[in-house]
Amino acid sequence: MSVPVTDLLRILPELVLAVFGTLIVLVEPFLRRTQKSLTGYIALIGALLALLSTLAPAMYPGPAFNGLVLVDGFSIFFHFLLLMITTLTIVASFRYLEREGLPQGEFYALLLFATIGMGLMASGNELVLVFLGLETVSIATYVLVGFRRTEVRSNEAAMKYFLLGSFATAFMLYGIALLFGATGTTFLPDIARQLAEGGGMRTLALMGMGLLFVGLGFKLALVPFQAWVPDVYEGAPTPVTAFLSAGPKAAVLAAFLRIFFTALEPLSGSWVWVIWATAILTMCIGNLGALMQDNIKRMLAYSSIAHAGYILIAFAAHSELGIAAVLFYLVAYALMKLGAFSIVSHVSAGEAHQSIDDYAGLHARHPLLAACLTVFLLSLIGIPLTGGFFGKLYIFTAGIDANLMGLVIVGVVNSALSAAYYLRVVKVMYMSEPQGNLAVVPVPASLVFVLTLTVLGTIGLGVFPSPILQFAQQSVLPLP
Amino acid sequence: MSAEHWLFFFFAGVAVLGALNLILQRHPIHSALSLILVMASLAVLYLLLGAEFIAAIQIIVYAGAIMVLFVFVIMVLNAGEEERTSLSRVAKFVGLPLAAVFLVEVCYVLYRAWPSEQMVVPERFLGRTEAIGKALYGEFLLPFELTAILILIALVGAVVLAQKEP
Repeated sequence: MSVPVTDLLRILPELVLAVFGTLIVLVEPFLRRTQKSLTGYIALIGALLALLSTLAPAMYPGPAFNGLVLVDGFSIFFHFLLLMITTLTIVASFRYLEREGLPQGEFYALLLFATIGMGLMASGNELVLVFLGLETVSIATYVLVGFRRTEVRSNEAAMKYFLLGSFATAFMLYGIALLFGATGTTFLPDIARQLAEGGGMRTLALMGMGLLFVGLGFKLALVPFQAWVPDVYEGAPTPVTAFLSAGPKAAVLAAFLRIFFTALEPLSGSWVWVIWATAILTMCIGNLGALMQDNIKRMLAYSSIAHAGYILIAFAAHSELGIAAVLFYLVAYALMKLGAFSIVSHVSAGEAHQSIDDYAGLHARHPLLAACLTVFLLSLIGIPLTGGFFGKLYIFTAGIDANLMGLVIVGVVNSALSAAYYLRVVKVMYMSEPQGNLAVVPVPASLVFVLTLTVLGTIGLGVFPSPILQFAQQSVLPLP
Repeated sequence: MSAEHWLFFFFAGVAVLGALNLILQRHPIHSALSLILVMASLAVLYLLLGAEFIAAIQIIVYAGAIMVLFVFVIMVLNAGEEERTSLSRVAKFVGLPLAAVFLVEVCYVLYRAWPSEQMVVPERFLGRTEAIGKALYGEFLLPFELTAILILIALVGAVVLAQKEP
C-alpha cells in the first residue's frame, strides 16, 4: 500500500522530529565527551524545523491515514504550542545537563520522541493512535524524570511516576476497550455517530467514558488523581519538570477535549457535572496544598494542579468560547511555567537549593532574575498586564457565559487565595536578607534567551492578547 | 450451554484464579509460574473467539519470551521470599471497598449489556491472521510505525538508566 504525499505532509512535523531524534541517537556515540553538547544543537535545529514544517499541515488541512489523523485548526494550534514548549525546554536544558554531567544525546532524543507522541495526540482522531501517542509521551517522560540516576529523589520520582502511570494507562485502555465494545469502532466521529443515533450499548459506553476520564485525569493531574505530582515534580531534573508541567499537560488536554467534545459529545449530559465537580476539587486541593509548601518545586507542582482546575472551568462551560479560553490559557500558562522553572533550575544549582528560603535576597544577588521570577509569579496569580490575567479573564467569561456562576466564584476565590503563596516568594526575594553563602553564578546565555522569550511572551500576552486570542478562536473544535 | 461456553467459563476461571495466585504467592518463581497459567488460559480464550493469530502470539511472546526473561531476572537477582507488608490503612478501608464496588459495577454493566446483537461473535470477529495483517499494514499503518518509535524510546531509556557510571 502506498501512502499519498498529502498524508505525509499532514504529519510532516512528526516526521522531521523522528528524523532528528534518530539522527541524535546515531551521531551521539561518535562524539567525544567534550562534543556531546552538539546533540543539543541538532535537537534545537530539529525542533525549529518541525516548528517551521507545521506550515505544511496548516496549508493542507484535512484527514490523513484513513481518518486516523485529522489536521484542523485545533491540531495546528497545538502543534505550534507544543513545538514552542519543546524548543524552549531544549534551550533551557543546555547548561543544566553540562553542569550536572547527565547524558545529553539521550536526553534530547527522548525529548524529540516525546514531542512526536504529543503531536499525534493533538491531531489523533482515533483512540488507538491517541493511546499510542500518550504512551510515547509517558514512557519518554518516565525515563526523563529518572535521569539523575545517582540521586535517590530522582529514582523515587521515576518509580512512582512509572508505577502509577502504568496503572492509569490500564484504566485508559480498559475504557477504550469498553467503548470499542459498545460502539464497534475506535474512530472518534464514528463513535459520536453511533452514540447519537442511540445505537451502541449506552451503559457500556458510559463505563468506558468513566475509565477514559480516570486515565486522562491522571495524566492531567486532576484531583483525586494528583497524588503523584509533588513528588515527581520535585524529584525530576528541573528542565524536565518544566517540560512536564507544560508539554504533556497541553497534549493530554488536546486529546481530552477532542475525545469528549467529538466522540463523547452525545453523552455530554453525563460528563459535564463530573468535570464541574473535579474542577472545584482540583482548584481547592491544589491551592491548599501549595500554601503549605516550603520547597519551591513542590509549591509550583501544587500550583500546576490548581491551574488544571481553572482550565476545567472552561472545559465545563462546554462551548466554543470555552475551548478558545482553554487554548489561550495554555499558551500563557506554558510561558510562565517554563520561565519560572528555568529560573528555579538556575538558582537551585545542582538541585540542592530548592527551599523558598534559598530565594532570600535574590534581588541583591540577581536583580534581573528576581524581576523575571516576579513577572511569572504575578502572571500565575493573574495580575493585569500579564498573560495570566487575560487567561483567567477568558476562562471566567466562558464560565459566566455558560451560567456556571458557582464554579466561577470558587475560581475567583481560589485565585485570591493563591496570591498568598506566590507573593510569599516575592516577599522573600525582595524583603529578606540573603542567608548562607550562595554563590552568584553568572546567568548563561541560553537561559537569557529562554527568559527573554518567556518574559516578553508573558507581558506581550498581557498587553496585546488579541492576536493569540484570535488564533485561538479560529482554532476551536466545531461543536454541534 | 454449548461446549464452547463450558470451555470459556473453565479457562476464564483458571485465568482469574491464576491471577489471584500470582499476587498471593510469596516466592517470585511461583508468581512467575502462575503468570504463565494466566497467559496460557487467555490464549485459549482468544482461540475461542477465532483469533488464532493473537492466541499464538500470546503463547510465543508472553508465555515464551517474556516469561523466560522474567525467570532469568529472578534467578540472576537471586530473589528470595518477599516480606509481607501489611496494607496501609487507606488501602484497607477505602481502596478495597472501592475495588469491590468497581468489580460489582463492571459485572452489572456487562450483565445488562450481555444479550445483545452487537456483541462480538466469532464469525464476524476480524481477529484472523489475514485481517490483522491487512489492518496493521493498511488502515493502521501510522500507529504501527509509531510503535517503532515507542520501542526505540524504551531501548534508549533502558540504556540510559542502566548504563555503568562513566
